[in-house]
Amino acid sequence: MRGKVVVAGVGHTAFGKLEGRTPVSLNVEACRKALNDASISKDEIDAVLVKYPTSKFQSKFGQTVAEALGIMPRIGGVWDQAGASGISMISFAAMAIEHDQCEVALVCMADNPRTGTRSAYAKPRGGADGSGTHGWVSTTAGYAMIARRHMEQHGTTEEQLAAVAINNRANGAKNPNAQLQIPITLDDYLQSRLIVDPLRRDDCCLISDGGAAVVVMSAEHAKKAGVEKPVPILGFGQGQTSWEVAQRPDLTRTMAHKSGATAFSMAGLSPKDIDVAQFYDCFTITPIMSLEDYGFCKHGEGGPFVGDGGIGWDGGLPFNTSGGLLSETGMPGMQLVIEGVRQMRGEANLQVKNAKKGIVSNQGGEMHTHSTLILGQ
Amino acid sequence: MSDDFPLPEVDQINKPFWDGLSEGKLLFQKCNNCGHSWLPVRQECPNCLAADYTWTKASGNGVMTSWVVYHTSFIPAYKDRLPYNVAIVKLDEGPQMATNIVGETDYSKFSIDHPVELVIEKEHGINVARFRLIDAE
Repeated sequence: MRGKVVVAGVGHTAFGKLEGRTPVSLNVEACRKALNDASISKDEIDAVLVKYPTSKFQSKFGQTVAEALGIMPRIGGVWDQAGASGISMISFAAMAIEHDQCEVALVCMADNPRTGTRSAYAKPRGGADGSGTHGWVSTTAGYAMIARRHMEQHGTTEEQLAAVAINNRANGAKNPNAQLQIPITLDDYLQSRLIVDPLRRDDCCLISDGGAAVVVMSAEHAKKAGVEKPVPILGFGQGQTSWEVAQRPDLTRTMAHKSGATAFSMAGLSPKDIDVAQFYDCFTITPIMSLEDYGFCKHGEGGPFVGDGGIGWDGGLPFNTSGGLLSETGMPGMQLVIEGVRQMRGEANLQVKNAKKGIVSNQGGEMHTHSTLILGQ
Repeated sequence: MSDDFPLPEVDQINKPFWDGLSEGKLLFQKCNNCGHSWLPVRQECPNCLAADYTWTKASGNGVMTSWVVYHTSFIPAYKDRLPYNVAIVKLDEGPQMATNIVGETDYSKFSIDHPVELVIEKEHGINVARFRLIDAE
């Protein structure tokens, strides 16, 4: 089904502090903009797939969003893979469209952890296993545990972690929609305070209110509907590491390798074919490991890869061109898909010349979940 | 301060684990069907899925597979302990757990796969399993 389904429209809210806005309202705004971008009526939508707001669980949230959109879809509901949900829902929509279960899908997410509640991001209780009793709480600490192992086992350095932050912050500084438009130097990075050693403030993504949506339909439908710039979906895949950080047999390998391999196989492509990349960068260690898992470099060599010019504008892979979670918005993942789409349409803020193939990674939890999307023209 | 300390949530399933610690023993579950050993407490073996296990006393020896040092407190009860560490320990028998390393605050002495041994400590009225670094044999 390579290329048979397309992203027909994208939309997002402002990012940052959006006082007084609910996740439902942010979802509706993002969907309205995505529908306008695709130039289609909401009456054509027969699938609504939603990521539930991480900061506050609500049962049947997918139905709540459909009601707010004034739609009774054929397919609808919430997908719970944390930050991997966006691409996984797009993949599900593509498969459902291919099998005539629906025709036009809205895939959306929104949350307000910045001005609403974010208590769900911490685990303040003791837990059945006493993990909280030992002080083992916070998502940052989970990634710090993985980063430490990677640094000790493979020699990954602070300077190499910094290379990710410096690249993404530089791109975000040029993005007028970015929540944080301040570039950093290596010195800035090394002076930023330790949150959970080895991770510093500048290793950590932003906390953001915001919403984003995409419209998915068949290439045939897009042609009939006169969609101006449909972006073909060439490949997708998933890999669910699933286990808690403390239980993993190897902290430096995740099922992202299966996700990437599945997507590349479906697309008939390999890493050397990719012109531009948007990698999930909730913490700097994450894209370093995803680059390894996808085969852009060997296992354990993600540090030297990002540190020695493997990413960036000087002959490297143009990377997180709108700033990623470290700079554009901490929203979990859909903004990376939207930037991937903009690059394929040729209308990105920092456009990669002649970019023909783009890859996007989404992942969630503490590397519990992963999904991959490859886009073309 | 002790009122908001995150004590473990003890139920019928994990009670033997916490009872074991109160008696000075670190227990794990060992499958009677396939021999797999595990923590944290669950009702079926994650290897063969059998619901038939024996509570088994750990030797107390293992290795630290990774560690972190908190410089920010995400729980009020730990604010006065900053900076504090959390480590993942893999027991010689196989089960893995998140715990703390005691008796050493010079983190330059920490390394992955460093041998550790069990230290049972009193914490807000209960016993918890912590570990200390030991020299490699």
